[in-house]
Amino acid sequence: MLLIDCPCCGLRPETEFRCGGQAHVARPATPADVTDKDWSEYLFVRENPRGVHAERWIHQHGCGRWFNALRDTVSDRFVETYPMGGDPKSTTTETRL
Amino acid sequence: MRRFSYRSLISEALNAHQGWQRQWRAPDPKPSYDVVIVGGGGHGLATAYYLASQHGITNVAVIEKGWIGGGNTGRNTTIIRSNYLYDESAGIYEHALKLWEGLSQELNYNVMFSQRGVLMLAHNVHDVQSFKRHVYANRLNGIDNEWLSTEECKAFCPPINISQDIRYPVMGGALQRRAGTARHDAVAWGYARGADSRGVDIIQNCEVKGIRRDASGAAVGVETTRGYIGAKRIGVVAAGNTSVVMQMAGVRMPLESYPLQALVSEPVKPCFPCVVMSNAVHAYLSQSDKGELVIGAGTDQYVSYSQQGGLHITNHTLDAICEMFPQFTRMKMLRSWGGVVDVTPDRSPIIGKTPVENLFVNCGWGTGGFKATPGSGHVFAHTLATGEPHEINAPFTLDRFRTGRLIDEAAAAAVAH
Ligand SMILES: Cc1cc2nc3c(=O)[nH]c(=O)nc-3n(C[C@H](O)[C@H](O)[C@H](O)COP(=O)(O)OP(=O)(O)OC[C@H]3O[C@@H](n4cnc5c(N)ncnc54)[C@H](O)[C@@H]3O)c2cc1C
Ligand SMILES: [Zn+2]
Repeated sequence: MLLIDCPCCGLRPETEFRCGGQAHVARPATPADVTDKDWSEYLFVRENPRGVHAERWIHQHGCGRWFNALRDTVSDRFVETYPMGGDPKSTTTETRL
Repeated sequence: MRRFSYRSLISEALNAHQGWQRQWRAPDPKPSYDVVIVGGGGHGLATAYYLASQHGITNVAVIEKGWIGGGNTGRNTTIIRSNYLYDESAGIYEHALKLWEGLSQELNYNVMFSQRGVLMLAHNVHDVQSFKRHVYANRLNGIDNEWLSTEECKAFCPPINISQDIRYPVMGGALQRRAGTARHDAVAWGYARGADSRGVDIIQNCEVKGIRRDASGAAVGVETTRGYIGAKRIGVVAAGNTSVVMQMAGVRMPLESYPLQALVSEPVKPCFPCVVMSNAVHAYLSQSDKGELVIGAGTDQYVSYSQQGGLHITNHTLDAICEMFPQFTRMKMLRSWGGVVDVTPDRSPIIGKTPVENLFVNCGWGTGGFKATPGSGHVFAHTLATGEPHEINAPFTLDRFRTGRLIDEAAAAAVAH
């Protein structure tokens, strides 16, 4: 089980959280103008990296807030957590743990 | 290849088993091949086998970064069934099941295919309705699947607790009698031996690090830890690592890789006659020929390549096992492990062409592709040999995520395995 650092509540066990998948996937502003290919990218294609991954989590059974996190998908270690709408301090490529 | 027969067994018994040879060679890679298959799991090896045996294409290499069958093939709970809802799925899984039925004979290798029946338990009204719908849909596709009442479930599998005062009482079940299990390693080994004897090079401990493309963008070979290997066609069959390998050719995939765990108990005498699956409470159980209970758990909620999952996931499954089969509450668990499963948005596989010329992919089998191994290899060999999909895998394109023609087994039953 992972220990997750909620920006609001601090370190808490994973079972209090839900993972919301890849972060920073922006819905196209004008869907009607988007090609099928781009719409399919938005809906279905994911980074799925072997390495640092930006993802969303919600502290469901705690403060109830969403936040973002960088996590290494090989070691499962969290690099950092950061607020929704924000940018991480580290970049995904340099922080491979 | 030395064939296994009654005579060869007797003569080797008299010879103190000194005469058995290696089952496949360990060749050095050649500079180039007609077909290079990336990934030596069951699907990749079956593809190589059928390329050689059905299409006469023997200048083939299977490139495996670890040892063959060391990925999900050697980590799965070996449930085999074909009672999927949609026609496209029924087509491919039933194609596989028919091949399983003759596989030990075909390969001259005992894959220990055992049609002991797979019983899927229903625990709520939605399950009952959805499973009955599956039964009818399956019958229309000529696939056996029958509805059992709660008492009939108990008669078929006596260890099931059918008391109505448990948290998730059994309300009946769907039984596919032709379904069952097989020996996972034997499937990889049998296909490897059959492919090798027809001239296929199986190259282990060799990781693909890059995919080389020419000026027109077509794939022409793979960079590996043992040097560059040219290829007229490349088939990527890398399960949980497919996104990583396809990225080497600049192709982004609709896949996410999750940990999926299984565990086995101490071995005990035969006490469990079939396979029982319960999607609602997330538990899968059968007994191996060695006597261990083989238990499948759920996936973790996050993307990971760690081949490890959380203990709370297996715990959750064991809670369900103890409630459904109280006789096992005191069983000791011996080992647990994880694999990395590549999951598509509609929970159906992707088998076919990619935007890159000469590059083909067979992936997205997720939590349930072992059962498809022979069928998947068979149709993918056709695809690699002819450059076009077999009619059975034609619907399973990568492009369906653009056109919207999904094969939505995920919505159909939320079923794993
Ligand atoms: C715990 C668990 C339980 C399961 N239970 C069932 C079940 O009961 N029934 C069922 O039908 N299915 C089940 N599955 C799913 C099933 O195991 C898989 O769908 C199936 O085995 C996939 O086979 P494969 O040959 O495609 O993949 P794998 O056997 O994983 O083979 C892929 C191979 O590619 C290699 N590879 C990856 N990257 C590279 C590279 N860069 N270079 C070279 N080689 C590379 C890997 O090392 C690996 O050996 C389960 C899976 C797990 C993990
Ligand atoms: Zn919190």
